[in-house]
Amino acid sequence: MPSVTFRVFRGDQAGGELKDYTVEVQEGMVVLDVIHKIQAEQAPDLACRWNCKAGKCGSCGAEVNGKPTLMCMTRLDTIDTSKPVTVRPMKTFPVIRDLVTDVKWNYEVNKKIKPFTPAPNTNWIMYQEDVDRVQEFRKCIECFLCQNVCHVLREHNEKTGFIGPRFLVRTASLEMHPLDVENRLEMLKNEGGIGYCNITKCCTEVCPEHIRITDNAIIPLKERVVDEYYDPVMSFFRRLFASKKRPEAAGTAADD
Amino acid sequence: MESYTIHDYDVLVIGAGGAGLRAAIAAMEMGAKVGVVTKSLLGKAHTVMAEGGMAAALGNVRPEDNWKVHFRDTLKGGGMLNNWKMVMNYTKEAPERVRELERWGAVFDRTPDGKINQRNFGGHSYPRLAHVGDRTGLELIRTLQDHAVKLGVHAHMETTIYRLLTDAGRVVGALGFNRQTGEFLVFRAKAVVLATGGLGRIYQITSNSWECTGDGFSLASMVGADLIDMEFIQFHPTGMVWPPSVMGILVTEGVRGEGGVLKNSLGRRFMFDNIPERYKGEFAETEEEAERWLQGDRSARRPPELLTRDVVARAIRKEVNEGRGSPHGGVFLDIASRRPADYIKKKLPSMYHQFMKLGNLDITKEPMEVGPTCHYVMGGVRVDPDTQATNVPGLYAAGEVAGGLHGANRLGGNSLSDLVVFGRRAGMAAAEYAAQQTGSFQVDEAQVRAYIAEALQPFNNPQGENPFALMKELRASMQKNAGIMREEGELKAQLDILADLKKRAWNTSVSGSRAYNPGWHTALDIRLMVEVSEAVVLAALARKESRGGHARLDYPDPDPHFAKINHVIKRNPDGSLSVVAEPLPEMPEELRKIAEAKDLKELSEIVGA
Repeated sequence: MPSVTFRVFRGDQAGGELKDYTVEVQEGMVVLDVIHKIQAEQAPDLACRWNCKAGKCGSCGAEVNGKPTLMCMTRLDTIDTSKPVTVRPMKTFPVIRDLVTDVKWNYEVNKKIKPFTPAPNTNWIMYQEDVDRVQEFRKCIECFLCQNVCHVLREHNEKTGFIGPRFLVRTASLEMHPLDVENRLEMLKNEGGIGYCNITKCCTEVCPEHIRITDNAIIPLKERVVDEYYDPVMSFFRRLFASKKRPEAAGTAADD
Repeated sequence: MESYTIHDYDVLVIGAGGAGLRAAIAAMEMGAKVGVVTKSLLGKAHTVMAEGGMAAALGNVRPEDNWKVHFRDTLKGGGMLNNWKMVMNYTKEAPERVRELERWGAVFDRTPDGKINQRNFGGHSYPRLAHVGDRTGLELIRTLQDHAVKLGVHAHMETTIYRLLTDAGRVVGALGFNRQTGEFLVFRAKAVVLATGGLGRIYQITSNSWECTGDGFSLASMVGADLIDMEFIQFHPTGMVWPPSVMGILVTEGVRGEGGVLKNSLGRRFMFDNIPERYKGEFAETEEEAERWLQGDRSARRPPELLTRDVVARAIRKEVNEGRGSPHGGVFLDIASRRPADYIKKKLPSMYHQFMKLGNLDITKEPMEVGPTCHYVMGGVRVDPDTQATNVPGLYAAGEVAGGLHGANRLGGNSLSDLVVFGRRAGMAAAEYAAQQTGSFQVDEAQVRAYIAEALQPFNNPQGENPFALMKELRASMQKNAGIMREEGELKAQLDILADLKKRAWNTSVSGSRAYNPGWHTALDIRLMVEVSEAVVLAALARKESRGGHARLDYPDPDPHFAKINHVIKRNPDGSLSVVAEPLPEMPEELRKIAEAKDLKELSEIVGA
């Protein structure tokens, strides 16, 4: 059996170092298999977070040779194993231990988003073409790789005035739900910090669910915010008629 | 001395999958102070892996469907060993629980007239599974998570429960530890709901995530709760078999629901040769008829690939054993030649993705190789069919950890709706019980101290065994001796192996700190895994017949004697387990007629539909 060398971050908040482990591998193995093998045979206290090992739970995000990815979906034959393979934890979040980071900030941010609020007395008829777009956003497995690569969070550590791509996607899934009547534009403009996003699409590139985060979620939301707050004509009419969001969501509401 | 933090709740819910979150929501709505403990992060529980859908007789696709048909299908699939009252509660309430999810923001796939769409699945007479592509579990858990957060749920993430705490024969809380830091936590609670899921990890080949170590069965049994039907383990017929590192990962039954067919190495659709006597007449007998069914001809019967999971899994095993398997020891599952590529990508996107990424295989062009994988346990903690109360006061169980609903075999799609129907019932009953409790709830300090010392012991045992090696041994031996086909000699040998592993489970060694230490976590998991494994093997030995998820080589047929009994696994005062045969609860005549209807025609005459 061939062997590969993995250079894995070992440490915690106080610091750490890359340590080399050489393991035998077989056909079809993924990075997470190698980490598990190191655990079982060489370093039983090597910490990594995982659940399903099938790309469905989004727990095992890490940076493999510098590339943010789910370890369970990264086959060894898709990376260069002729040199030691470096595995580090996601950089944007504080390290708990080894490959495990503290992602609880994301769970706090989520609470800022107003929950789903259906129109009263709806008959719950929705057509597939009206929900396709929302279903794309609801594929998100919350691996937080998009948060990890977003430069606003990663380079500038802007964690108070910006919610990050994951929660812009979640906001989009609610705002574009055909029967939702809540208005989240003020949140997006203020504590959501949607203006910070300058559409570099790094988030879209790393999404394991291939959600078109920038094109389908963030840009349309940016347009709505601009229409709401920066369009002088619309602003005049709004003040005149004091309407809030869509006038009402009828049972068979068309998606706007 | 080791310190610990105390948290007080009316209701403590252990587990944050579908059942746990639904229980928490129900208890919060009743005004209880609720804490949820989860071994992983919120939204990552094993529920997230459910693919095909949630069964409920909404009648959106076929208006003839109703709870009575679902009742009959569930009992028939379960070898008639199901607790009839649970099945009744379940099939009646499931549609409302699905609609409730929609009201909380779930976005199911739609029918052409804008209602919740429903798909075909094994053992269901009509298209019955509300679904979202092949990621229905994600939709369920995210919706419940969002709703629980909206109600202000208090979640203890990455926290493991080590033992339940008791006082005068009732459960009064639990002792756990924070996995991130290794700190101990004492939860004082008036009622505890177990929603800890299944036990797939006691087997080597499983579709279950690492969390499914059977904690709840063992925790409950150790405080005296009865287990029921533990011999019935579901081996899902279609798990991935290649490459080796992904062996066992689930391939959704939705592939067959959408028209996929099973073939052996000779290219034959072998399921036509494997229709059991009790299902004769309900399934297509020729490929031509099955083809018409796929095209939407309502006079045609369903293809035999949609037989129940126990039947399909055993047929696959037979093909492989008799030398007609695929190159890597499975059989072929072909959707590529049945449906256009775009349709496959739309209806089965994660299957497409999974095979592309992990198996280097395009399922829109080539057949998959699949074989059985341990997927689910029908048995579990014995509960009251209305309240999910166990026989230990203050302790409730819901979801996979509870037994009774599924009998000897669970129908695909019946798990997700089980979670929400009985999660809700458990949460309500637990909150009601908690509200009735007066006086002080004290945990026993000495009990807590003793458990903490026990849990930390592997750090002070340098000569002990490697917990990962021990875990591997347990899983391999269960796979070999108590797997899909069982036999008395092997089961007895497994009891000896388990007796040995049980001792060794208390003699492991771990190194490093307590913060996020997988070696330590594994060392503690094994202690519970050997307990639940023993319950499975004892029950399997006692049932000298083959029925549903329990197949005996030495007793290959169903036996009328065993058709009338459930096995209850009781904890003796000396700590050992014993199996007691109990007669099935008596079913009212009216329901019996429905359950025993030969086919849909007879059923519609009975229910007058």
